[in-house]
Parts: sequence; C-alpha cells; structure tokens
Amino acid sequence: MFTRQATIASSVGLHARPANIFIKAVAATGVPVTIAKVGGAPVDARSLLLVMTQGIKNGDVVTLAAEGEGAEAALDSLVELLETDLDELP
Amino acid sequence: MTGDQNSRILAGIGVSPGVAIAPAVIVAPAMRAPADEPRTTDVEEEQARVRAVFAQVQSDFEQRAEKADEHARPILEAAASMASDPGLHAAVDVELAGGKGPANAVAAAVEGYAALLRELGGYMAERVADLEDVRDRAVARILGVAEPGVPELHEPSILIAHDLAPSETATLKPGTCLGIVTAAGGPTSHTAILAAQLGIPAVVQVPNSLSVSAGTLVAVDGGAGEVIVNPTSAETDGLLERKRRRDTVLAGGFGPGRTSDGHPVPLLANIGTLDDARRASAQGVEGVGLFRTEFLFLDREKMPSVEEQTQVYSEVFEEFPGKRVVVRTLDAGADKPLQFADLGAEENPALGRRGLRLSMARPELLDAQLEALAAARSQSAADVRVMAPMVATLEEARWFVERVRAAGLPSAGVMIEVPAAALRSQSILQDADFASLGTNDLSQYTMAADRMQGELAALLNPWEPAVLDVVAAACAGGAATGKPVGVCGEAGGDPLLALVLVGLGVSSLSMATGRVPAVWSSLRHHSLSHCQRLAAAARAADTAEGARAAALALADEAVHDLI
Repeated sequence: MFTRQATIASSVGLHARPANIFIKAVAATGVPVTIAKVGGAPVDARSLLLVMTQGIKNGDVVTLAAEGEGAEAALDSLVELLETDLDELP
Repeated sequence: MTGDQNSRILAGIGVSPGVAIAPAVIVAPAMRAPADEPRTTDVEEEQARVRAVFAQVQSDFEQRAEKADEHARPILEAAASMASDPGLHAAVDVELAGGKGPANAVAAAVEGYAALLRELGGYMAERVADLEDVRDRAVARILGVAEPGVPELHEPSILIAHDLAPSETATLKPGTCLGIVTAAGGPTSHTAILAAQLGIPAVVQVPNSLSVSAGTLVAVDGGAGEVIVNPTSAETDGLLERKRRRDTVLAGGFGPGRTSDGHPVPLLANIGTLDDARRASAQGVEGVGLFRTEFLFLDREKMPSVEEQTQVYSEVFEEFPGKRVVVRTLDAGADKPLQFADLGAEENPALGRRGLRLSMARPELLDAQLEALAAARSQSAADVRVMAPMVATLEEARWFVERVRAAGLPSAGVMIEVPAAALRSQSILQDADFASLGTNDLSQYTMAADRMQGELAALLNPWEPAVLDVVAAACAGGAATGKPVGVCGEAGGDPLLALVLVGLGVSSLSMATGRVPAVWSSLRHHSLSHCQRLAAAARAADTAEGARAAALALADEAVHDLI
C-alpha cells in the first residue's frame, strides 16, 4: 500500500467541477485509488458523489492510497493535480 | 392531422405576439418511483438492467455537454459522472439486494447521497437538483415513460409545459419551436421574456393546456392569448389571415423609430447575452436600451475577473459601433443569490437587498464591473452608458453616479423601478444623466404584487391607471430637468401601450428585439399629439381594461393587426 498526502489548492474546494476533473484523472490511471480527509475513512476516489460528499475544502489535507503496479506514479500525478487550482483551468 | 372534431379554444395571457400552427410536444413532468412497483426477485438481472439505464443516461448527458456552452458544460459533465458513479451503483445494488424494485432502488440510493449533499449546504446542496435530474431520467427509462424536461425537437412543434426553467428555454430554436404554451408563468416570467426575445408566439396561464395529448394539432395566437386545440379549417384560415395582415403591416419598412410627424423615439433592444446582442445587431436596431449583465455572474462560484468581464463587454460593444449601449450594473439579490456575495436568506426578497442595495453592501463587485466597462468602452466605438437598478433615493443615485464618474465612464443613469424614485425623479435626475423605467418592477412595487406569484399576474398589468400615473410622474421630472426618461420593461414592446408611453413623455423604448418591428410600425401611424391623446384617455380610465380599451378606440386601425 502506497500513500501520499496532498493539500487542496482549488479555491472552492472539491466542488462538482474540480471533483469531476479529479475523479476522471483517477479513472484514467487505471489504478483503484482511495481518498480520505484527515481523521476520515477512505472512499473510492473514482466516485464523484463519494468525493463530493466528503466536503473537502481549500487548504484541507487529504491522503491518497493505492497499491499494485503503477500505484506510485498514479498517486504522484494525482497529488500534483490536487495541488493545482482546478478552477483556473480553461 | 387536421381532425375537425373536438376543436376547442383555451384562453390564456398572450405574451409574445404572432401565430403558429403545429403538432403539440408535451414537456413531461418527472415521474416518481411507483409505490406498487414489484419487488426485485432476480437481483443480478435487475442490477444489469439498472446499469444499462445509467449508461444511457450518462451518454445522453455527455452528448448534451458537448453541445452546451462553457458555463453549462461542467454541470452536464458532472451529471454524466453521477450517472456512472460507482458509489451510486453500489448503493443501488444494496437496495436491490434488499428487495426494492429498480425504480425505488434508484430513488432510495439517490436520496442517500442527496441527504449528504444537503447537509453540506451552500453550493453542494445546489447540486442536489443535478442528482435528482439524473434520478428522474433513470426512473423514466426504467418505467418506459418519456424523460422529463424539454425533448430535443426535430420537427416544427408547439411546446406545452407547466412552466419552463431558464435552463430549458436556453436550448429552444425558433426553427423547431414554433410556439410555446404554459399552464403557469406570467407576463414577466422567464418564458415570456425569452419567447419575445426569440420572436416565438407564446401564451401563458393556460390552465388546461397540459390535458392536450402529444401530437395533437394546436394553433397559438400569441397576441390574442388564444390556444386552439384541433383547429377547424375555418379557424386555421382565420388565424393565417390575421398573420398575413400582421406581416403586411410589419413589411412596411424598418429604420429609426419616429412618430408620423417625425418626433424621434429610439427603439432599442433588451439583451442578456452575446447571442442576444448579435441577433439585435443583425436586425439593425438603433442600439441597446438594457444590457442585463447578470448572466456573467449567476451560477458562478467566484466573481468573474475584470479581464473576463472586459472581454465579454467588448464583444457586446463591438456589435454596436456608433450606437448606444445602456448597461445595467449587476442586478442580483435574495431571489437570485450570488454564490460569492450571498447576503443571506430574506423573508421578502423583492423588498430586500437586491439591485443597487447589493452593490452598496459589496461595492468591490460594482467597482470591478465599472472598471471592466470603462476598459471595454475605451476599446470600442459604442456609445456606452451605465445605469443602476433599484434606485430609491437621491443619496443612492449620487453614490452610484460618483462611482461611475470616478471609473471614467461618461454617462450615469438610474433605473426607476421604485415608485419613490418615480415620484421624486426631478430630484434624482439632478445628478444622473438619464433615467430608464423598468416597468415590470415598477408594476410590482406600485401594485404590491410579487412578480414570482403567478396567481397575482392580473395585478401586474402595466395598463393599471396607477402605474400610468407613476410613469407620468417620472416623465414630468424628466421634462423639468431636461433629462431623458426611457422605458426598458416589457410594456415598451406592446405596440399599443408604447404609444401611450410616448404620449406620457417617454423618450425611448427598449424591448425584446422581436418586438421592435411591430412598435416601429405602430409609431409610424401616429403623431406625437395623437399619442398624447391616447395617453390622456388611458389615464382618465378607472381600470386597466378600461385604459387599454380607451387607447385602442383612439388608435389607428393598423394597430389592430399588430396586437
């Protein structure tokens, strides 16, 4: 099991649009990834509704976890994405 | 198609003139999961069925997202992701395994997530509507009934709905949507304004309209406010004759608005989007009398940047070189809260912190908008003027005018929507350069009848003599100060009422682009003094109906074909 921490950069938190960008990126890695808030239970990071209902805000620290082949590279790319302000993307 | 049996006439309020005859398309209401749905026995089979339904719903949302504009697209894409959500599918599986039928399993699974989103509040809670839209479409497919909402129209049709939401009207095209009939709504409802904008004949407040079956031939007379179901050939001929006469009068030409004796009355367009601007410009209107800027701000999580605003304003101004464009600054408030400037829920939004009152509470929003308008103006050849919504006092007018001047904009006006401002327009116009009467809100506040309350639609009649008196008072202040007082409400687009307004002293009329030709023709048949006689007769009446009848009796015959 590999884990990474990321600080949410999106100024509005993981609302529908940034969350949707994130879950699509997770699906694109082909690796099952979970996301958890500090002190929260990990949830399937491919689920928009599970991600949105965590109520993740700007500045929150989240833990991503995955295992198996390609897990580390996938987690690194997802951390980079979460630490970008997804609202500023075109 | 033209079954002559069962012809019947339904009466409503005509809100966008013109005649259309086409088969009815019914906007279906959302179906609830039935209480007597058979319980699931073969769990795997039902799981596969629900998965297939969700896949279709997802694909539909993806297709709509591709065609949508940049603001609607992310919302539709998120809805597509909800339909394919593994967390939602897992919750449905649990419900199916527990024995619920597929429609009820979907409804229960959605409600679980909806409750969580509602708890988070704010923006997250607003996404519940998107999730419920996914549910309604999935449930409709499971039950084998029509999906709710406006279907994609492939043939010329008359659209019949309870009422239409702004998101639903946005996709309508005059080529396939020939007419609109709604059971609810009022003369100033969103449906009415949009239909007039697109020149689609429309009748609202037709209570029995939803009893019409899909595919039935329906004739709509958006001027008379009549809907004929299964029209006889004689009725069809009568309507087409009325349409022919109307087209003849309208074909008389087009140009600057003036009375028959040459008194100029600029006829301007009300616009809300860049598309509206292009349509108005293509039709050669004299300018824009009301540019509603809300579309830039609503449904946004953050205030659009000065750069983004400048870009959009520039694109609009480019359509009108050498012509006037009157920009109304942000008009939002408690009934249309902004996510980035929510002042909290109010008991009575129409009387709350809306319009300029919101700008005074959050001046940085107004200053950013003025900065963007000044930048866009400096890059364009348009005659840019700026006005504030919901001004009630001289102090408010002064506060606004000073800010507009400080931003380097040359012309600052006020909207007169509050009777207080109309009665004291002479004071208010000391500092402001012009005034524009927003007759929709002016009627609402004069008659104390909420525009959102469909049951009170009859009280919101701009022909009410009290409303005409208030307009006259505002015009008197304009005459005393030498400042122009225009109209930018729906009233200005009524070919008969427009004459009365000109007679009362209104200097320009701004309306949905589709209404300009009829008002232009109407003015050409009347001199200024003739308009003044109509105005005096209307004001001498005791009732709205009486005022209209008095004006019609004195008006030129040609006007009869226009209304």
